[in-house]
Amino acid sequence: MQAFTLLTSRFVPLSMENVDTDQIIPARFLKATTKAGFGQNLFRDWRYDGAGNPKPEFVLNHPEYQGEILVAGKNFGCGSSREHAAWAILDYGFRVVVSSFFADIFKNNALNNGVLPVQISEPFLQKIFEQGNQATLTVDLANQTITIDATGEQERFDINNYKKTCLLNGYDDIDYLLSIKEDIAAFENQHFY
Amino acid sequence: MAKTLFDKIWDTHIVKTIEGGPSVLYIDKHFIHEVTSPQAFAGIEKRGLKVLRPDKTVATADHNVPTINQHLPIRDELSRMQVQKLKENCAKHDIELYGLGHPFQGIVHIIGPELGITQPGMTIVCGDSHTSTHGAFGSIAFGIGTSEVEMVFASQCLMQVKPKLMRINIEGELNQGVVSKDIILHIISQITASGGTGYFVEYAGSAIRALSMEARMTICNMSIEMGARGGMIAPDETTFEYMKGRLFAPAGEQWEHKMAHWKELYSDADARFDHELHINAADIPPMITYGTNPGLGIAINGSIPVAESIPDEGDRRNILKALDYMGLQPGKSLLGMPIQHVFIGSCTNARIEDLRLVASVVKGRKKNEHVEVMIVPGSQQVAAQVKAEGLDKIFEEAGFSVRQAGCSACLGMNEDKIPAGQYCISTSNRNFEGRQGVGARTLLASPLTAAAAAITGVVTDIREMLPA
Repeated sequence: MQAFTLLTSRFVPLSMENVDTDQIIPARFLKATTKAGFGQNLFRDWRYDGAGNPKPEFVLNHPEYQGEILVAGKNFGCGSSREHAAWAILDYGFRVVVSSFFADIFKNNALNNGVLPVQISEPFLQKIFEQGNQATLTVDLANQTITIDATGEQERFDINNYKKTCLLNGYDDIDYLLSIKEDIAAFENQHFY
Repeated sequence: MAKTLFDKIWDTHIVKTIEGGPSVLYIDKHFIHEVTSPQAFAGIEKRGLKVLRPDKTVATADHNVPTINQHLPIRDELSRMQVQKLKENCAKHDIELYGLGHPFQGIVHIIGPELGITQPGMTIVCGDSHTSTHGAFGSIAFGIGTSEVEMVFASQCLMQVKPKLMRINIEGELNQGVVSKDIILHIISQITASGGTGYFVEYAGSAIRALSMEARMTICNMSIEMGARGGMIAPDETTFEYMKGRLFAPAGEQWEHKMAHWKELYSDADARFDHELHINAADIPPMITYGTNPGLGIAINGSIPVAESIPDEGDRRNILKALDYMGLQPGKSLLGMPIQHVFIGSCTNARIEDLRLVASVVKGRKKNEHVEVMIVPGSQQVAAQVKAEGLDKIFEEAGFSVRQAGCSACLGMNEDKIPAGQYCISTSNRNFEGRQGVGARTLLASPLTAAAAAITGVVTDIREMLPA
């Protein structure tokens, strides 16, 4: 997994709430057996019409919005557990998703792929949405802060220490689980099921 | 110290706890399917590993399979390759596969319970959010992503932070025409599509106790639709009666041994929950959704909210956007609105009892000529039971298209899709934009309400069709 430490970037605002993983990547694009290439179908049906033409109203089709940070309304990533949603976001080029609330499974999937979910307060989220398209945000994982660079306004975000260490170093859970193989074997010996 | 049902299972499955971090949770049963497993197999192979406990892993093909002519090669090339990949991976890693053509094949959350693989007190995971279904047996069951599938392959464990606990108590008797799907749609409409996030839910109370296992599964199944990681119900005589004699359920001495343990699986009287809700069963009407998340539901004879009645500006905007997609008007009732499709199926409502409910409404009647009705049994075993009971005749005489087992139009991954702009009353679990096909408009409801609409061709209050 790719490590994450600090990122300063412009952002793409997606002010919708309850963005479910069926919107992030529709089921008909889940037929691949590798993790590559999902970015081209990220938000497919919001981004393109039936003939494959970009829909001008959708934010990913606005060239003035760029950057490695996606900022979205509350309850981002709800619904299906498909990790393809996290792969699509990463493959498109985002390293951070900012929202005032994340669905549980999406949050885990993102963290397991080196995409940092940054959960902030609703007022701070609204403040970010009010920034212009040239504004940048700085996300500092070590200090657990997100800053609107132009104004210096800052908020702290939560992440559990274990996940933070993993992400800062690019470790994943399997590395850890393999390191405690003997504990697992001992547990199995006395386990009821 | 008093413990909840969740605590009792959680505590006996912790291999290790990291200071200030997650716990290492041991997994008793891992269900896999074709869509969320290939990258996980590739992952462990890249590390030079084999699946650690193939004996605790069960596979089926369900999400991406056709529901007609399953004996023929799958026509869609990508789908065929994905199903083939599962076959190869299972063979390579010695995993039991109930694939296409196998008498046990079916939707993963339907076959686990019907085969007796799902048991009380277990930890159960699958790369599918509706894994919460298995919680109906008093197990900790939840959906995971593909990286987590890979972790379970490699170590039979997952790193998990203990969730908060919520108990939803439903007391009293249900009204006529109200079934378990209405209970869960009612709950979600009350607490919203994100109201359960961060929680594991235990459903309790006399109304829950009175439900069959199949009805309990419908409720636990949709826990994820309020954001909850899972839902569970303490096992009782109904549970044990259901399990007895099933193929992989324990038998003889083993049964007695397990029973002694299973009987301890309940929340102690003074156990503490982080949140509790109380619902009167008599207050629950037949439900239907009007929006694009499962929380946007109303009584079948209710009205879509008017914008002014919604205090929060964000919620108001969301509902108006949803109504725009759905082509519906605030303040209006859905009753009498023409629909073009009825989908009866999915891990929520494709068990034999669901299909019996449908048959009870449909028997001797014909579907409305303007409606296409697809009925997809949840498994080959359910399909066989449908035949054995002659329900297939009832459905065919009514003009329904009776299909073979799979997830089908619940998620529109195979060719079973609802065309853009058309309305579908669906017994499935999600009404997201485009879920059942690009531009499709989904109204979630119970099998009874779906059956009623199939006959009348319009949104119908099932209570008006029941004998007085």
